[in-house]
Amino acid sequence: MKNKLTLKKAIELIDKKEVSLKEIYDDILKVYKEKNKELNIYLSFDENSFEKAKNEKNKPLRGLPIAIKDNFLTIGFPTTASSNVLRGYMSHYESTVTKKIKEAGGILIGKTNMDAWAHGSSTETSDFGPTKNPRNPKYLPGGSSGGSAASIASNMAIASLGTETAGSIRQPASWCGVVGLKPTYGRVSRYGVIAMGSSLDCPGPITKTVEDSAIILNFIAGKDEYDGTTSNVPVLDYTKNLKKGIKNFKIGICYIDHPDISSTIVAKKTLEAGKVLENLGAKVELISTSKTLEKNKILSHEYAIGVYTVVQRGEVSSNLARYDGIRYGNNRSCFGSEAKNRIILGTYTLSKGYADKYYIYAQKVRHLYVKNFKDLFSKYDVLISPASPSFALPSGASQGNPMFGELQDMLVEPSALAGICGISVPMYKDEETNLYLGLNIMSDYFQEEKILQTAWAYEQKTNWNEWKNI
Amino acid sequence: MKINKVLVKKIAQLAQIPVSEKEEEKLAKGFEKTIEIVDELFKVDVFEVQPIHQVTSLENIFREDKIDEKRMFSQNEALNQAKNKHNGYFVVDQILEED
Repeated sequence: MKNKLTLKKAIELIDKKEVSLKEIYDDILKVYKEKNKELNIYLSFDENSFEKAKNEKNKPLRGLPIAIKDNFLTIGFPTTASSNVLRGYMSHYESTVTKKIKEAGGILIGKTNMDAWAHGSSTETSDFGPTKNPRNPKYLPGGSSGGSAASIASNMAIASLGTETAGSIRQPASWCGVVGLKPTYGRVSRYGVIAMGSSLDCPGPITKTVEDSAIILNFIAGKDEYDGTTSNVPVLDYTKNLKKGIKNFKIGICYIDHPDISSTIVAKKTLEAGKVLENLGAKVELISTSKTLEKNKILSHEYAIGVYTVVQRGEVSSNLARYDGIRYGNNRSCFGSEAKNRIILGTYTLSKGYADKYYIYAQKVRHLYVKNFKDLFSKYDVLISPASPSFALPSGASQGNPMFGELQDMLVEPSALAGICGISVPMYKDEETNLYLGLNIMSDYFQEEKILQTAWAYEQKTNWNEWKNI
Repeated sequence: MKINKVLVKKIAQLAQIPVSEKEEEKLAKGFEKTIEIVDELFKVDVFEVQPIHQVTSLENIFREDKIDEKRMFSQNEALNQAKNKHNGYFVVDQILEED
């Protein structure tokens, strides 16, 4: 089955003429037809995309099929953000990221399901029905980029793109047993991505292997004149030093002494991952969690939930104000209950008399997280933690809990608020349920190279990635 | 903090979100639960800490104030996703009352 090829391997075999692009597309179409109805991964899918792909063979991505989360504006596909407000909306312009993928010879094969407006961590809040976890359809894929992560886990795409505000790439990658990279805020352009929390939003790759994420990042990273928050920091070739090893890296393990985590299997597996990294030549230490800002300690993630809730809801209420149904889309009665929850809370916390109490206070605590990471990265090259506090939860688990997402994402929220980069790689598989845990590897601003090097070294040394030997 | 339906109704009006009475109750409950968790924040000492709004140290990003023709829509393009239009214009709700 050629749909199981990694991006790297597919390029290699096409060049050697050992595999044809047609075979890859045929196999992807086959699995799409077999499984998409049940798993609900794609909201739209171009069954004739091979016709476009044929002409791209000489470009770097060789015409290979890439799945795109449905919050990237794309010409030729509807863009809905999984909300009835945008049901049927056809954009007249292309997001910078998908434009770059197309220019590199990638083919957008379809648009993937997500939590409506990317609000959530389950892909259950989609107005077009939930996505199921391909590893075990009784379970959630995570979210909000659940469709993209599931497209990789089910081999329905060669690589995919998601977006993360706080956890929306890393948590579904963790739950689906795939690789998800959240770049530094401003490393990848947000232009043409439906805005959620604008001071946090970050597009990034969700792929089969670490190397594939590095390849995709090479094409999408960089300054964009249409997004003023993109950075001038030079973009590296992230594949160049990928295999250099992590000898003498200083690595800190975070959050696993916290009482909510310490006795769980995720803490145990994260410790084991630390051992693997130590055997690769890194100097690995446990960092203790602190309830106050202290030198050489990690500030507890528990306050990040409050900061994130206030900042994100505030930015959401402002960003979703533009959907009035006048120029495009449907009117505001079409918002689902999760969006309504968030708009109302955000409007409240930004209203007169409450903005100082909530929003400004939250931004102060956010500053503490920034200071904390600055201090830790003066000492450590990378920090590791569990990507999610648990395995994938069963279908239906998000319903009736307005804080479901925040609780699933709590271990990656501090890094998202600070805007640093992180990657989730598979670190354990439960044989009975076929469900995965992910290891979150973080580094300082624009140090994507370090997290990719660490993740690649870890991936090679362990057997959790099913694609690495394909 | 106790969140009541009256407050939810007022905020929903500010945010232009139509909500039914049944929804008001549900929203008030979710709101209250969320605020409870958010209030944990106030346990953190932020004395002399400045709020941060931009995390990657960018400052004053300017561009020329001129029209970028590459990104212009034709009138037809601008209109063709609108549900309600008239003679090449968007139709909007009336905001002024007639005498």
